[in-house]
Amino acid sequence: MKPAGAATDLREPRHRVSRRAVPYWTVKALGRWIVGGAIGALLLMVFVPDTGWRIGVASVVAVIAVIHLVVMPRWRFAVHRWELTDIAVYTQSGWFAQERRIAPISRVQTVDRERGPLEQLFGLANVTVTTASAAGPVRIEALDLATAAELVERVTSTAEISEGDAT
Amino acid sequence: MTGPAPLPPELTPTALAQDWRRLDPRMLLVHPVIEAGRYLPLLIAVFFFGGTTRSNGQGSYWSVVVLIIVMARATLLWVTTRYRITATQIELRRGLLRRRTLTAALDRVRTVDVTAHALHRVLGLAKVSVGTGVSDRSGRGGLVLDGLTASSAASLRADLLHRGQPPPRAGEHSPAAVAPRSSDTAIPAADGRSTDTEDVIVTLRPAWIRFAPFTLSGAVTVVAVAGFGWRLINESGIEPERFGILRYLVPRLRRLPTWRLAVEAGLGIAAVIAIASTAGYVLAFWHFRLTRHTGGTLHVSRGLLTTRATSVEERRLRGAGLSEPALLRVAHGARVTAVATGLRVGRGAERGGTVLLPPAPRSVAVDVAGAVIGSRAPFVARLRRHGPAATQRRWTRALAAAAPVAVVGGAVTGRLAGWELGLAVAAAVVAGAALLARDRAAALGHETVDGFLVTQSGSVDRRRIALAADGTIGFVWERSFFQRRAGLVTLTATTAAGRQFYRVLDVDPAEAARIVTTLRPGLIEALLETTPHMVPSASVEPTLPAATPIVEAVQRGAESSAGAGSGEGT
Repeated sequence: MKPAGAATDLREPRHRVSRRAVPYWTVKALGRWIVGGAIGALLLMVFVPDTGWRIGVASVVAVIAVIHLVVMPRWRFAVHRWELTDIAVYTQSGWFAQERRIAPISRVQTVDRERGPLEQLFGLANVTVTTASAAGPVRIEALDLATAAELVERVTSTAEISEGDAT
Repeated sequence: MTGPAPLPPELTPTALAQDWRRLDPRMLLVHPVIEAGRYLPLLIAVFFFGGTTRSNGQGSYWSVVVLIIVMARATLLWVTTRYRITATQIELRRGLLRRRTLTAALDRVRTVDVTAHALHRVLGLAKVSVGTGVSDRSGRGGLVLDGLTASSAASLRADLLHRGQPPPRAGEHSPAAVAPRSSDTAIPAADGRSTDTEDVIVTLRPAWIRFAPFTLSGAVTVVAVAGFGWRLINESGIEPERFGILRYLVPRLRRLPTWRLAVEAGLGIAAVIAIASTAGYVLAFWHFRLTRHTGGTLHVSRGLLTTRATSVEERRLRGAGLSEPALLRVAHGARVTAVATGLRVGRGAERGGTVLLPPAPRSVAVDVAGAVIGSRAPFVARLRRHGPAATQRRWTRALAAAAPVAVVGGAVTGRLAGWELGLAVAAAVVAGAALLARDRAAALGHETVDGFLVTQSGSVDRRRIALAADGTIGFVWERSFFQRRAGLVTLTATTAAGRQFYRVLDVDPAEAARIVTTLRPGLIEALLETTPHMVPSASVEPTLPAATPIVEAVQRGAESSAGAGSGEGT
């Protein structure tokens, strides 16, 4: 079928997510670091009596947080991609660990578009396509609104044609 | 679903459509005993400690009061529970203050479980659990009719599963090597209807009990009982050294050197666990019988005291698994589990309804698994190896996990019992990890054969899973940072059956693509590219604005830019 000796792999999905994804992921991660940092600071106050140690631990965590906040969103943006063909939804996501997901349109059960407060702030939407498998949802983060709406429309209209309970 | 199948006389829709029925009145004898058993620890506690310090003997009165409350509750359970079966659904109502009505559409019923424990059996009763797939997973209380007569339970099961179904897919299940002893016995429907014939796929041979000690299933029980006993002794302040054999044993054991004590205790514990495992095997799997019915269901019945009958529609079956835990492998044994939609995956194969064969000789397991899915090939095929990079990852992972354990364990032991012993502990941990890594690497394999994805992995819990191609829904390619460096990918097939996903660990990306194109032709062909190798590029080319039109006619090769491999550095 395929030429022998040639390694064939999936190519990347075609489309990147919205450029506003970078600030969106940064703010989202910042929120988590602030909550985690507050809890950590509390634990430091309770369990570490020595001030020098407190400052040491706190500054190490702060450096890690800053590196994460700078690197992670950009790395993510370089990785996150998606594509919709007539046959399948195809996504690539992650940063340090990455994954690609394919769900056949014929097996799609629901298409959710969700916007939390943070997504609204950045004018973004997340789209989740689920199948009958509990392990199979395909999630596309940080799409701009028009793209998300069009995607939902396309998947819904294509999936309607398919039959059976898709298990 | 076509029209309803003929129901037995006592269950015809007209007779039942409006009627809410109670469970069998004989349950009035069962419930109190069960409930009393459930509250037994409380009763014992009240009996002993109810009167506390001064008032001697008060405890027994209190325990009577508690017993009466428990009995009343049990009676109420029967009074408040009603069920009915209409032409389209089965409904169950229960509760006094918080009334709940559980409803299941008849054409959504996927599994029916008939269980009868000892008390049930004495009274000729059975418990029917109806599984509808989705609700099983969400963990809410399922639809359970506890207390029908055994005969109506059996006919209810037959009716629920065989409602208006087409006959099973002909020819799909070729007679397997197990030589199905075709016996034309009807299923035990009490009213003598014999529309249903069954093929026996396998029945338990007493000789298989020899595999029981290799399952360690008794270990949990032994630990639980020992823990309970230990607490009881501690709480009650009894000094066990003063009683029975222990009075004789304990001083003797105290005189033994430590190593002999350790060896003897180890042997003793192993023996107790082996006995408990054997007892558990006999209790769970006595009279084990796997049959196929013309209605298109697989039927498992088993149990010595508590009998259990599980039925699975074959159209829900998406494959089977051959499970060979390390110990069982030593004894050349294996067991078989079903991969079916709507069948819960319990902890341990004995707990869930998924067991298709208890620990038995491996050759029998292969035959049974083959007979169930209609092809023996997935379980005898030579698997494709995953190569040196995958092997190396098993070693790296095992040793990386073992290193801190070895260091800490060795240091602690060295501190407590001398550096020689500490060193020995560290060496033992590393050696154990090495053995594990070697065995895990040897286990890795996969193949696509006869329309099944076959994947095998694991050492302590080795499994070979055969998942039907049409049971796969989507696919996931996972690549951790280290997998990208090693040029490997973990391919996961997602499915609605069994544990919802099955992995092919650490394969070459090209092989992953081959698997998917073989299983589901047409799904990813348009998304493939041909490159000499995975070209890792540190920089990602800034092309393609975000808002391009969404669906394009994808032409293979036309747009595949060779540098766009995966956009991360190595």
